[in-house]
Amino acid sequence: MTTETAETVEAAGVAPAADPGFLQRHGASIEYILIPAAALVGALAVFGGFVALYGKNPLDLYFYMYYGAFGTAFSWQNTLTRAAPLILTALCTALPAQLGMVIIGGEGALLIGALSATSAALALQGAAPIVVQIAMVIAGMIGGGLWIALSGGLRQYRGVNETISSLLLVYIALAILNHLVEGPMRDPASLNKPSTREIGAANMIGSIPGTDVHWGLVFGLVAAVAAYILIYHTTFGFAARVAGGNIRAAKIVGLSVGKLIMTVCFLAGSCAGLAGMIEVAAVQGRTNANLAAGYGFTGILVAFLARQNPLAIIPVAILLGGISASGGLLQRRLGLPDASVLVLQGIIFVFVLASDALYGRIGLLKGKS
Amino acid sequence: MADASLGLWTVPLAVFGGAIRVSTPFLFVSLGECITERSGRINLGLEGTLVMGAMSAYGISYLSGSPWLGVLAAGITGALFGALHAGICSLPRVNDIAVGIALMLLGTGLAFFLGKPLIEPTAARLPAIDFGWWSDVPQLRAALRINVLFLIGVAIAPLLYWAFKTTRWGLLIRTAGESADAARAMGHSVLLIRLRATMVGGFLAGIGGSFLSLFYPGSWNEGLSSGQGITAVALVIFARWDPMLCLWASLAFGGAAALGPALQSVGITSGYHLFNAAPYILTLAIMIITCSPKRTLTGAPAELSITR
Repeated sequence: MTTETAETVEAAGVAPAADPGFLQRHGASIEYILIPAAALVGALAVFGGFVALYGKNPLDLYFYMYYGAFGTAFSWQNTLTRAAPLILTALCTALPAQLGMVIIGGEGALLIGALSATSAALALQGAAPIVVQIAMVIAGMIGGGLWIALSGGLRQYRGVNETISSLLLVYIALAILNHLVEGPMRDPASLNKPSTREIGAANMIGSIPGTDVHWGLVFGLVAAVAAYILIYHTTFGFAARVAGGNIRAAKIVGLSVGKLIMTVCFLAGSCAGLAGMIEVAAVQGRTNANLAAGYGFTGILVAFLARQNPLAIIPVAILLGGISASGGLLQRRLGLPDASVLVLQGIIFVFVLASDALYGRIGLLKGKS
Repeated sequence: MADASLGLWTVPLAVFGGAIRVSTPFLFVSLGECITERSGRINLGLEGTLVMGAMSAYGISYLSGSPWLGVLAAGITGALFGALHAGICSLPRVNDIAVGIALMLLGTGLAFFLGKPLIEPTAARLPAIDFGWWSDVPQLRAALRINVLFLIGVAIAPLLYWAFKTTRWGLLIRTAGESADAARAMGHSVLLIRLRATMVGGFLAGIGGSFLSLFYPGSWNEGLSSGQGITAVALVIFARWDPMLCLWASLAFGGAAALGPALQSVGITSGYHLFNAAPYILTLAIMIITCSPKRTLTGAPAELSITR
């Protein structure tokens, strides 16, 4: 990303300054925490004002948001359960971002991943649960991976803008899902809510012992750490970041940009596909339209708020998971519509993007150059 | 439902009627986006603007009893969203595509939030002109009940084509889109030109939204727009930033989108969801055919980030 290269240049300029003091020395890294945090606070303040216009007390709002997200053991579990798919769908945006691509189709890859995983489980009925579960993981990741690789391939080989194609593919994925669960894959017993047959209780991935949080969270954490290592500590990740910074330079030094794009997009999609598999195997137990719950879209926000850094995605996903976990409480206690979470997410997104303009401009953190 | 004498002819007729009815939001959004993109900026947030426009039009029409006041409110809401987009984008180092995504989420969220009380009541709807009075065939008459907004949209397309080509404003917008430096050298503020272009674009997209809630389908609910806004943005790309091509493309899209319901009306229900995805599949297919990795598209404004 261009902003990041600007940042590194600035950081390099800061280093040789004589005794620049702590703030100046760590200015760039402090900025990465301070500015998103300030954007978040600003967004919460605006949302509070918005809710006040709606006739509710903003202080009540903040209290219930905190209480519903992190106030009790129950709300923590709710938050973490929601954070799991968010980490994975955020990776679907963050990985291609290293190459300078803006992929916003995580929701589609999630749905296709869920469908593939369900198909695998239904095809393997009767096999040992561990076999079924592994097959589900593989099928979900391949399904989601191919879905985003399609966007990457179209960008690389046909010059089709990946942002638009990935979003169009979300609607196509949703249509395929609706078609299959209402037609060929429909369980005749599901009357009101057309669904596929259940994958079977034995094949569900359970909760982490001692909690109600399912194993999906561990999947998410492992994927985020693996993505971090891949991007910052392997030659592959380095090549990807070079190509993201300057595609012409990457070609001159002999990097195969096409291969990079396809691999990164496949990995990104397989993360979102894994999220779909988890939603099936840990929450829903079958595929139906409930899966299009918007995790893919919130994941975009998580990735941008985390500045596309896989490790930063973990706390941000927990935060955003907490906000959506508190939605129910806001509805019950304050009588706010369920869309209030969407409004807050939108406001946060706007603030985070606008705050991009602040980097390198805070006087106190600026090195003498 | 199908008239026996018409038989399968109902399908092309319904597609024709649908092309006129369903294409209107596509038309307004794509014309609006055309103006914005010609000025060198892309606004992906028009999906959110469309939904906000639909909600505010329905709300104002319900409260005031006048659908036209609703249309105006939708346009103003759209212009405000456009101003927000342009305002954030004018900050240094802010990516216009990302801001569009943010406004897409904010617009839909805000519309669902504020529109919650509007799902129940019925608002005054826009009138239609009956062009099919001479015919006895009910399907044909239904197809020819044309809304005034469609006619306005059809009129705007050549007007815009002319304005881009011959007026001072058109030239300014094109200059800002082709070379920001040239516009600056001429002593114009590129940011101001783009602000205006994005506001006008938002205004038109908002009106496109009002058509959804006030004419067809003609009610407010949260599933009103599913990607029409983003499809229309994609449509501008293969319409080569030409307002007249936007018109033809919108009509083709309306027809594609009407295919699902048309087939359903003659009893072909299998694959209903797949037919409903026809506009998205068509968009993707046309983009695959018309784009090329080797060259930038002909007619693409040079300042546009999406054609890089």
